[in-house]
Amino acid sequence: MEQTTTKREDISSIDYQEFVINMGPQHPSTHGVLRLMLKLKGEIVEVVQPHCGYIHRGIEKMCEHITYPQTIHLTDRLDYLSAHMNNEAVCLLVENALQIEVPERVKYIRTILDELTRLASHQLWWCAFGMDMGALTTFFYGLRDREKILDIFEKTTGSRLIQSFNVPGGLMNDIHKDFQKEVKEFIKYFRKILPEYDQLLTGNVIFQQRTKDIGILTKEDAINFGVTGPSGRGSGFSCDVRKIAPYSAYPYVKFEEKLQTKGDTFSRYMVRMHEMWESMNILEQLIDNIPEGTHAVKMKPIIKLPEGEYYQRVEASRGEFGVHVISDGNKTPYRFKLRSPNFMNLSVMHHISRNHKIADLIAISGSLDLVIPDIDR
Amino acid sequence: MPFNIYDFSTFTQWIHEALTSAMSPFWVVTLEILFVGLAFLLFYAVIGLFLVYAERRVCAFMQCRLGPNRVGFQGLLQTVADLIKLLFKELITIKYADKLLFNIAPFLVIIGSFLALAAIPLANGLHAVDLNIGVFYIMAVSSIGVIGILLAGWSSNSKYSLIGAMRSGAQIVSYELSVGLSIITMVVLAGTMDISEIVELQRGGWFLFKGHISAFIAFIIFLVASTAEINRGPFDLAEAESELTAGFHTEYSGIKFAFFFLAEYMNMFIVASLGATLFLGGWMPFHVPFWEGFNTVMDWIPPFVWYIAKTGFLIFIIMWFKWTFPRLRIDQLLTLEWKYLLPFNLFNVLLMALLVLLGLHF
Amino acid sequence: MTNEQLIQKISSLLPNAACQQKQYVTVKVAAADILQSIKVLKENADLFFDYLNTVTGIDQKNSFGLSYILTSSTHRHTIIVNTTIENRENPEIESLYPLYKTCDFQEREIFDLFGINFKNHPDMRRIFLSDDWVGYPLRKDYVDEVNIVQR
Repeated sequence: MEQTTTKREDISSIDYQEFVINMGPQHPSTHGVLRLMLKLKGEIVEVVQPHCGYIHRGIEKMCEHITYPQTIHLTDRLDYLSAHMNNEAVCLLVENALQIEVPERVKYIRTILDELTRLASHQLWWCAFGMDMGALTTFFYGLRDREKILDIFEKTTGSRLIQSFNVPGGLMNDIHKDFQKEVKEFIKYFRKILPEYDQLLTGNVIFQQRTKDIGILTKEDAINFGVTGPSGRGSGFSCDVRKIAPYSAYPYVKFEEKLQTKGDTFSRYMVRMHEMWESMNILEQLIDNIPEGTHAVKMKPIIKLPEGEYYQRVEASRGEFGVHVISDGNKTPYRFKLRSPNFMNLSVMHHISRNHKIADLIAISGSLDLVIPDIDR
Repeated sequence: MPFNIYDFSTFTQWIHEALTSAMSPFWVVTLEILFVGLAFLLFYAVIGLFLVYAERRVCAFMQCRLGPNRVGFQGLLQTVADLIKLLFKELITIKYADKLLFNIAPFLVIIGSFLALAAIPLANGLHAVDLNIGVFYIMAVSSIGVIGILLAGWSSNSKYSLIGAMRSGAQIVSYELSVGLSIITMVVLAGTMDISEIVELQRGGWFLFKGHISAFIAFIIFLVASTAEINRGPFDLAEAESELTAGFHTEYSGIKFAFFFLAEYMNMFIVASLGATLFLGGWMPFHVPFWEGFNTVMDWIPPFVWYIAKTGFLIFIIMWFKWTFPRLRIDQLLTLEWKYLLPFNLFNVLLMALLVLLGLHF
Repeated sequence: MTNEQLIQKISSLLPNAACQQKQYVTVKVAAADILQSIKVLKENADLFFDYLNTVTGIDQKNSFGLSYILTSSTHRHTIIVNTTIENRENPEIESLYPLYKTCDFQEREIFDLFGINFKNHPDMRRIFLSDDWVGYPLRKDYVDEVNIVQR
C-alpha cells in the first residue's frame, strides 16, 4: 500500500553518471524480442523498463472472429514451450461450459502429455539459463535430452513443438502403439541423466555465488504481482493449479508441490529442478494405467457455448495459464482473454532487479524463464 | 648429449656465418630481420588458425558434438575457410566512431601478442631474441593489449562496447598483478630473468617439482590469473555475450574483428607457453634424477615436440575452464583477485624467497 | 468456504453488490466504488482475496465492462467481480494499483487495447502498441481495413 500513486521514476531524466541502454529487442539473452530499457549507473541497474509488443499479433482479437476449435491453434502460438497445456485450457473450458464428460483415457493421455511438455520446457529453460550464466555446455546437454521427448511427441501427435493435439471433447488421435514403451524408456534414461545436470551446474561454486541472494522476491510481492508457476513457488507462493483446482487426471496422482521460501534466483532454479523429478513421478504413476476407451467423444459440428462468462486455468510450465471467455451464444467467442503467466512474471522485473548488476539482471530474467510470444500475445 | 642433434643454435649460427661471408653486416641484419619476421608471421597465423580449430573441437567434445569435420581432413581447413570469409567481409565504419582510434585498436591488440611471442624459446636455440630480461619483456609487451581493448571500447561509440572495455580494463590491470607476482616467484627461484637460462636450469627437473609447495601454489595462481588476463573462460566478462552481446568488439566486422579474435587465441598461446617455460621446463625433456636410461629415451624426443605438448596441455586446461564454468560477476572477479589471489601471492613470494635463502629447494 | 457462504459473506460486506452463482461466484459492483469494494474483499480475513488472477476488459457495445478474477492464496476460493463503465466517450475508472501491483501491467494492457483510463495509475502508457497508434484495437468498432477481414 505504500507509495501508491507516486509517479514511476522517469527514465529520460538522467544524471551525468548514469546512462540509458537498450537491451533488446535483438539481444542474446532476452530470449526473443523483449526490449528492456535500462538506466545504469556504471554496472548497477537503477531502472528496468520492459517494452513489449514486438511480437504482438492480436491473438485475442483474432479469436473473436474464429470458432472455438480454431482458437486452439492460436493458443499454441503463445507459450510455444507449453503448447499442450494451452490447448488443454481451451478444451477444458469448452467441455466444462457444455458439460461434456471426456473419457478417462483422454484425461490420462492429456496429463501424460502435459507432464512431458513440462519436462521438455524445463529442460530448455535449464539450457538457456546455463547459457545466460555463461556456462555454454549446459545448452547441449539439455537439448540432447529434450530431443528424446520431442521424438515421442512427433510419433504420437505428428509435430514436435506445437502439437494442437487437443480438441474439444478429447484428442485428435489415439496414441501411437509405442508411446507407453518409449515414455518408460525415457523416464528410465532421464532418471539417470538428471543428476548430471546437478553435477554440471547446480553444485558449481561460481553458479551458486551468482544466484544465491540475487533478485529476492518475497511471498507477499509474488502474490501481489501475480507471479505464478515455478517463479512464484520459489518465493513460497503455493500457486500450483494442479493442486488448487485439479483438472484432467491430476486428482488421481500423488505428487508434491515443491516450494522454496527464500525467493532468490537459486530458489527459482531449485523449484524447477525438483519439478522435473516430480513430473517423472507423475508420469510413472500414469503411464501403466491408461484405461481403454475412445480417444474423443462425438461433438456437434458447430460448437456454441451458452451465454455467460467462463474462466479456465491450467498450470502451464511457467505458471497459471487462464482462458477467460465471454460468450454471447454464438459460434465465435465475444471476448477471448488470455491470462498469460509470463506477462505477470515480467512485471516483477523492475521490482526485483534494481540495484543489482547487469549480470544479475540476466540471471534474474533467466530464472523467471520468460517466453516472449506469451507476453505479447 | 644426444639432444644436441636438435640444437637449433648450430643451424642458425651456420646461416648467420654463411650470410656474413656473402654480404655486408647491414644487409645481413636486414635480411635476418626480414626472414625471422616472416617466419614468425607465418607461425603466428598457423598457430592462431590451429588454435581456433582446436578450441572448436575441444568444445564440441565437451558438449557431446562433433565440431567441424567436413572441410579438409577432420575439418582442419575449416578455420582457413573462415578466415577467407572474414577477409572478404565488409568493414563497417561507424558513423560517430573515433575513426583513428577505432582503426588503430585491433592493431595494438595484435602487436602486443606478436611482440611477446618473440622472446619465447620454441625449442633449443629457436627464438627470435634471447633477451637477458626476457620475462620482464614479455610481461611488459603483453600488457599493450589492454590499451587496444580500452581504445576499441571507447572509440566504437557504443555503450555495450564501453562497458565491456571498462570491465576488461579493471580486470586485466588487476590480474596482471597476480600473473606478475607468480612469475616473480619463479624468477626468485631461478635467480635470472633470462628465459633460455631459466629453461637451462630446469635440466635436472622442472621448476614445478623443484620449488616445493611454493612453486605449485604459484602455478595454480598463474593458471587462474592468466586465464583472467586473456579474457577467457569463466572470466570473459569483457565480451560476455549473454550480457553485452560481444563487449568491446561489438562494432567490429571483417578482418578487424578477426584481429581481435586471433589476438585472443595467441594470447592464450603465449600465457600457456610462458607457463610451460617457467613451470614445466619449456622445451626441456622430462628428466628424473639418477634414471639415466629413462632420461636418454626422453632426450630422443625433439625439444619442439616437448614444448608444443606442454603448451598444448596448458591450453587444453584453459579451454576446459571455459567450457565447464559459468561466468563470474565483475565484483566477484575483483574480489577473487584482491582478497584471495593477491595476499596469497605476496605470502608465496616471501615463502619462496625463504626457501631459496635456506637452500631448501631441490 | 462454499459458494453459498461466499455469497452470504460478500452480500453482508457489500450490500450494494449483486451476487450470483455461475461457474464462479460473480459479484456485480458499481464502477464508482470498485476500489472500495475490492479493498473490502481483499482485507477481510475470511475472504482474503489477495491474488488478482486477471483483469479483462469487455466491449459491451455501448459501455465497457471490466472483469476482475480474484483468488485467495490461503482459502483458495475464486470469484469474479464485474463492473460496467457507462461513459463510452471517455471511459475512466479508479486503478487497483494500490491493492494489486499486478495491475501495473494489466491495466496498461486494457488502456492500450480498450482505451479505458485508469485514474491514479503510476504509469499510464501504451504497452504493446506504439505510442502513436490511432484507435483501440479490441473495441468492437475498431476499423483496420488492411489487417482485419470483415466477414
